Amino acid sequence: MTDEPDAILRMENITKIYPNGIMANKGVNFSIAAGEIHGLVGENGAGKTTLMQILFGLNHPEEGKILLEGKEITIANPNAAIAHGIGMVHQHFMLVPSLSVAENLVLGVEPRKGVSLDLPEAIRTTEALSKKFNLKVDPRSAIRDLPVGTKQKVEILKALHRGARILILDEPTAVLTPQETDELFDELKLLKDQGNTIIFISHKLNEIKALCDRVTVMRAGKSQGVFAVADVTEQDISRLMVGRDVILRVEKSVAKPKKPVLKVQDLMVVNRFRKKAVDDISFTVRQGEILGIAGVEGNGQRELVEALTGLGLYASGDISIGGKDIKKLSIRGIRDLGTSHIPEDRMTYGCAADLSIEMNLLSYTHDHPEYNKNYFLMDINAINEVSNKLVEEYRILCSSPQQEVRRLSGGNIQKVVVAREFSSNPKLIISDQPTRGIDVGATEFIRKRLVTLRDEGCAVLLVSADLNEVMELSDSLIVMYGGKITAYIEDASSISEEALGLYMLGLESQGPEEIRRVCHD
Amino acid sequence: MTKSQRLFEVYRTGLVILISLLIAMVIILLVSEEPGEAMKLFLIGPLDSLRHIGNVLEMMVPLLFTGLAVSVMFSASQFNLGAEGAFFFGAIGAAFIAVNWNLPPVIHPTVAILWGGLIGSIFCGIPGLLKVKWGSSELVSSLMFNYIAYFFGLYLINYFLRDVNAGAMVSHRFVETSKLIKIIPKTRVHFGILIAAVMVVITAIFLFRTRWGYRIRVIGTNIRFARYSGINTDRAIILSQVIGGFIAGMGGSIELLGMYRRFEWQYLPGYGWTGVIVAILARNNPVYVPVAAFFLAYMRIGADIMSRSTDMPNEFVAIIQGIIIILIAATSFLSKQRHKMVVKEAMS
Amino acid sequence: MSAFFDIIFSSHFGYSVLRVSTPILFAALGALISDKAGVINIALEGIMLISALTGVIFSAITGSAFFGLFMAVLFGGLVGLSLGYFSLNLKTNVILAAVAINLIAIGGTVFILYLVAGDKGISSSLASKVLPKINIPLLQNIPGIGPIFSGHNVLTYLAFLSVLFIWFFLYKTPLGLRIRAVGENEHAADSVGISVVKTRYIALTISGILAGFGGAYMSMGYVSWFSRDMVAGRGFIALAAEAMGGATPIGCMLTSLLFGFFDALANSLQLLKIPYEFVSMLPYVATVVGLVIYTIRKTEKIRRIQEKAAEGGNA
Repeated sequence: MTDEPDAILRMENITKIYPNGIMANKGVNFSIAAGEIHGLVGENGAGKTTLMQILFGLNHPEEGKILLEGKEITIANPNAAIAHGIGMVHQHFMLVPSLSVAENLVLGVEPRKGVSLDLPEAIRTTEALSKKFNLKVDPRSAIRDLPVGTKQKVEILKALHRGARILILDEPTAVLTPQETDELFDELKLLKDQGNTIIFISHKLNEIKALCDRVTVMRAGKSQGVFAVADVTEQDISRLMVGRDVILRVEKSVAKPKKPVLKVQDLMVVNRFRKKAVDDISFTVRQGEILGIAGVEGNGQRELVEALTGLGLYASGDISIGGKDIKKLSIRGIRDLGTSHIPEDRMTYGCAADLSIEMNLLSYTHDHPEYNKNYFLMDINAINEVSNKLVEEYRILCSSPQQEVRRLSGGNIQKVVVAREFSSNPKLIISDQPTRGIDVGATEFIRKRLVTLRDEGCAVLLVSADLNEVMELSDSLIVMYGGKITAYIEDASSISEEALGLYMLGLESQGPEEIRRVCHD
Repeated sequence: MTKSQRLFEVYRTGLVILISLLIAMVIILLVSEEPGEAMKLFLIGPLDSLRHIGNVLEMMVPLLFTGLAVSVMFSASQFNLGAEGAFFFGAIGAAFIAVNWNLPPVIHPTVAILWGGLIGSIFCGIPGLLKVKWGSSELVSSLMFNYIAYFFGLYLINYFLRDVNAGAMVSHRFVETSKLIKIIPKTRVHFGILIAAVMVVITAIFLFRTRWGYRIRVIGTNIRFARYSGINTDRAIILSQVIGGFIAGMGGSIELLGMYRRFEWQYLPGYGWTGVIVAILARNNPVYVPVAAFFLAYMRIGADIMSRSTDMPNEFVAIIQGIIIILIAATSFLSKQRHKMVVKEAMS
Repeated sequence: MSAFFDIIFSSHFGYSVLRVSTPILFAALGALISDKAGVINIALEGIMLISALTGVIFSAITGSAFFGLFMAVLFGGLVGLSLGYFSLNLKTNVILAAVAINLIAIGGTVFILYLVAGDKGISSSLASKVLPKINIPLLQNIPGIGPIFSGHNVLTYLAFLSVLFIWFFLYKTPLGLRIRAVGENEHAADSVGISVVKTRYIALTISGILAGFGGAYMSMGYVSWFSRDMVAGRGFIALAAEAMGGATPIGCMLTSLLFGFFDALANSLQLLKIPYEFVSMLPYVATVVGLVIYTIRKTEKIRRIQEKAAEGGNA
């Protein structure tokens, strides 16, 4: 650990308990020096975001104090934070989609001409700032038309425009391509050279090593200490983060694929903005194999999954599951073919947070004969029995199956989702970001289960933004870029991360024949 | 919900009722020339005679029905405010059968009530249908349907059932066989209260013990999850609105056949709106609907008794009811205490 | 049938369309402002009722119609503000809070009316004032058109001018920008230090003020008294008008005129011996039909986009 003599900002003994009883921060101490890039790492749920929200006035601690340049300050709201020169770029962009870049930039500090808004002045300001910090944006375009990387630049400009000297970036690279990430790092280093202080939240250790001067490690709501990045290895940090070495390898035998279960032929999906989100793609997934879809988020994966599961429409092409065309089937009809779906966002699609675990486990099977006494009444005993069994089998940590899902941790909520989806004898599992944002234990559990189901003859389609996951878990891989398949890799273990990155960025693409190989009969 | 949370909700509801009664006291003190007498009548008037106790029970009947109706519709997170129109128009339907048909006793009111329920279910079902089919706001369309029900109902009564020999705009007398029998002597408490009791049980079983009720509750908590799970959300939403409308329509019919000899409503009776308050007090749970209906009926009868023998108009109850809705539905009311409780549980 | 067209094409009919559109337009603009800030205000109905009574009482007490108007608008703003307090501070669901306000308004106005005028139905015992009508020079002399557009209540002109004011306010001022930002992405507004709560308070207050004008018009322009339930769903119709108007000021004006047309038609048809109850239903039926047509067209549009893109893809 290093001492901090000239801390520009110090947070002491911060404790935060959420209304649902979760203690997100326990006596956390955190300090940063002027002009450094300070990493803040920890697993999802370690309390990084909460700590930074407290610093930015979006959350208020039960205990603790904040010192800026040695003087104690209170940060009641983001306004106060901004007044103290603290700016934040959030994980989910805080932009108004229908407004232009310039309007977003000046929102809250609008230039005026008489009673009205001085838009030309806003545009001039945007251009000047863009030039000064070398962050290229077009002031007149509407936010909703911009790519993610540009939106992020607008966010950074917004903070700088408000006079931020301390800039908090909450997992800024999660949504970026490797290239965009490099660009961002250059921009951040430039900002640092201009005298700004940056707090960089991440759980990607290579990024911390590449960018940061010092790093604070958090685990389970507590700080594990501050380190000069040069003095520690990635392994050291990862041990502090999770308390043991991260298990990355998944034990699995070589796949023995049999007949195709899911066949996708010339599929095209058009989104709300008339864009072809999925553009003429074909592939199959066979019994006993895990087909991974690698790709930067937003390249059509979501629309593809929605089309496959019936949640969204598709414009043309054919999808068949177990030999049956699903064009005219309802979501229920698709599920009845033996399709299970782990949704990308467990809180939006995966559960009803205000209902009990038991009720959540039944959402698909509730009308099956084994849970109904007669035509009218459900069988409460049978329901109790099966939910107790599932809670035990999937090691869902809870007080009872009657507990509301909202009170569980992220990993346990995901286990509820997985328990429901895996227990209905699936033939095809569409698994979208199955382990996003959950603890290592639950991640390992879910990955092992997926392999087991594969070995039992399930066809598994795995969509994941986690490169490690998709490379380790998949037997074969396809890469999606711009709504198209740019590569098929028959043996997922044969390709390097760098080679995959080229396909993901659309810098390289296989020929149509090579890609066609993913279609089996 | 854990036990301590449930207890906390009971405590919170009790406190809201206490506050609203205190505000009632203050209004009486400010307005009335004889506050002592007014307060006494308001608070214990409903208990001072068998007749008054009977009044409370009579008043409970329509509130039980509309309270259940709104509970079912709100359980699916649909803000359908059409219980008012369904109640009114259901009663119109029942009036036609009560005036024009000749059927044996028991069967006659049964047919009239079911017919009223059917009409009510159409009235609440249409806004539900428009919502799932095209996304038209059920809130706005159900409000419009209340007025349509009102004017169309008056039109039907005035042009097809009107007794021109009666002084006012009322229908012909109902056939004797159609009326619901009185069950407590010396009061007007009628058989409808027993039907209401049965409906409370049926509705509770429907919502908590059948697959249709299960689907409605899943939709009410997270409709995207329901869709993802393969639940036919359109069908379940319409079902919930149709059932809610049916219960409201039944309620209108029962109120009419139990309490009146002719159809004589000139305004929408407002029970649908009171049903919203009942449902909010009961947290959309049919089991608690009787408690809420009793409280509101008691307060209304208290106000009626008071207005009859003092200078206080009974409309002031509306103000009290409004305050109750706001405070009960106010999630931040006592939220500090709740947060403290949660913190204490987390620390221990 | 020819009697029917005689009615519709008379300048009297045109005049009455503008006359009956006025309260709906005020309320629809009120609905628009709160909708842009991301809050549904179904308390418009109750606010109009409260303001209608307030205007009558204060104009009777002071003998000044404009003071009555001022108080009606003030009360409208205050009720809008209190809806803000219930939903933003007490965190009551805004629809339920508005239901509560409407209930309080329905019972409370009768309660107050009884205390002030000694009657539970109508305010005729109060010597309340009416806001003046304005004849527009030159315009009033043009045959055919003059009688339609001239000689309206001062509030009718204000209502149509408000369309312009509200458009300028929403799209050309910093506060309008903030209101739209809060309605579209409240987290974005919050993160740049715009107080979401404060902005919504302002929007709801303006919304209440506009409904207050509409209420004052009901009892001090449309007619010259207050009677129980006199708003009769106009606040709710305004919500439908705002939705159908595609949430723009001009759209609100056009749809308000459409409802005004049906309302005026209902009034005129009574002369043709069509049952009163039947024609009274017209504006409400028109609202439902209009709302449904609007939403059908919206869903159809999305479907067509899907299909068109699909065709383009295959070609």
